[in-house]
Amino acid sequence: MSAYTARFRVWRGDAEGGGLKDYDVEVNDGEVVLDIIHRLQATQATDLAVRWNCKAGKCGSCSAEINGRPRLMCMTRMSVFTRDETITVTPLRAFPVVRDLVTDVSFNYAKAREIPAFVPPKGVAAGEYRMAQVDVERSQEFRKCIECFLCQDTCHVVRDHEENKGAFAGPRFLMRVAELDMHPLDAAAADGGPTRAESAQDDHGLGYCNITKCCTEVCPEHIHITDNALIPLKERAVDRKYDPLVWLGSKIRRRGQ
Amino acid sequence: MATGTTSSTPSSTPPGTPPSTSPAGPARIAHGVGSPGRAAISAPHLRTDRWWLPPLVSALGLAAFIGYSTWRAFANTHYYAAPYVSPFYSPCLASNCTDMNGGADWHLFGNWWGLSPALLVLIFPLGFRLTCYYYRKTYYRAFWLSPPACAVAEPHASYTGETRLPLILQNIHRYFFYLAVVVAGILSYDTVLAFRDPHGNWGHAGLGTLVLLVNIILIWAYTLSCHSCRHIIGGKLRHFSAHPVRYRMWGWVGVLNGRHMLLAWSSLISVGVADLYVYLVSSGAFDDPRFF
Repeated sequence: MSAYTARFRVWRGDAEGGGLKDYDVEVNDGEVVLDIIHRLQATQATDLAVRWNCKAGKCGSCSAEINGRPRLMCMTRMSVFTRDETITVTPLRAFPVVRDLVTDVSFNYAKAREIPAFVPPKGVAAGEYRMAQVDVERSQEFRKCIECFLCQDTCHVVRDHEENKGAFAGPRFLMRVAELDMHPLDAAAADGGPTRAESAQDDHGLGYCNITKCCTEVCPEHIHITDNALIPLKERAVDRKYDPLVWLGSKIRRRGQ
Repeated sequence: MATGTTSSTPSSTPPGTPPSTSPAGPARIAHGVGSPGRAAISAPHLRTDRWWLPPLVSALGLAAFIGYSTWRAFANTHYYAAPYVSPFYSPCLASNCTDMNGGADWHLFGNWWGLSPALLVLIFPLGFRLTCYYYRKTYYRAFWLSPPACAVAEPHASYTGETRLPLILQNIHRYFFYLAVVVAGILSYDTVLAFRDPHGNWGHAGLGTLVLLVNIILIWAYTLSCHSCRHIIGGKLRHFSAHPVRYRMWGWVGVLNGRHMLLAWSSLISVGVADLYVYLVSSGAFDDPRFF
């Protein structure tokens, strides 16, 4: 193996406009796309804007679209491309662009704020929470999320339909609802209010999800977002809203208490 | 619009909503990835891999099965070759069926039903597969292109998903699961009956027995790997520690559930092959090889 020159097409511009610009950049063994973007920044495009931080796939900052696929630049090895391949790097296409490869992802922070936090059971103070490991391990898978927002970017509900951004929280935050709904101590519905699953359906747009699994495909943490969070959440919403037998059973049990 | 936000931010204009100025180029679409404020790229996608192959293969596979099963369901002939009954025609719920020597003949619909009796039965597995989470993903991608592949723009101008009729009816999947368990039980009974010779004597088997046996194993594996089954068995619980048996069963179903796609396709193929085998034997295309 040796160094070679790769052809890159990088989107340059801002919210007013822009386009793809061609660059020939040196590539060395073991490098990732972010290395090449940094070399480009150091040599040919010193004003290129790119967001990055840990370079280890843990901070979720360097999300971009590489050859049209949402990926982390720091986790995309150059060795997955052929040497004669033109590599196209663009910003995330579901969010407004700020400049070059940097997008405004504040949509996601707004959605995060819409989800009520964990509600501890009455009479249990912080530091007194006690849970069995088997009861929390489902939720722990979702805690691996690094909030790179690749799942939010690839989800066609908002990517292809800007108008749905108001009603739909997106896979990352529906997964957060699922995490809380499966939490053994969460008491959000203890006062007889809506359960997390009901509010997922009514307030966070769970019904928009047509489980096409793109969120799972792009997740760099390999979280089974669809199978372990979204579908179980849909089933829990069915329990509360669409299944007359479960609804009747819960009423009878409640009366017997 | 169901937003129900608790944020002080108006839900219709969350932060990150693009400015009203349009940077659109001459050929740029004005919605989706071409919405104002997003990176000005005229191409609906920039994928360079063969993203179109999986939806194409899925569409062809499903179309082939739909075509074959429609023909066989309406054919109303060559569905019994003693001791084998086609899975498309069991149980028989009308009195216009061929006598199936101990088979699942329950003439609930009497003799007024003049069409193929398969139509009375196939509605259940059809509904189960139509509302299955895996098949939904597949046909949403392959037939409705919603989306055709990840990060490939879908062609529709608007999208409401499964929030309203008719797609909100996908939520009845668990009821089709219950019915699918009943159907799988009846097909298991048919497989047991296949351990006879053509005259009804027990303790015999032929190639058809093996075909039906493989089919029913795959049918059960697919049925039990269902996401609704996983939920009912234990997924709905919040405290696994209080239900150790259900937790163990939930883990087993989870293992199957991880192979749901594989089982969906393999059981779809096996049920078609089982029917085709019965058809070929019944029509005299070849004789069933007997093992013992």
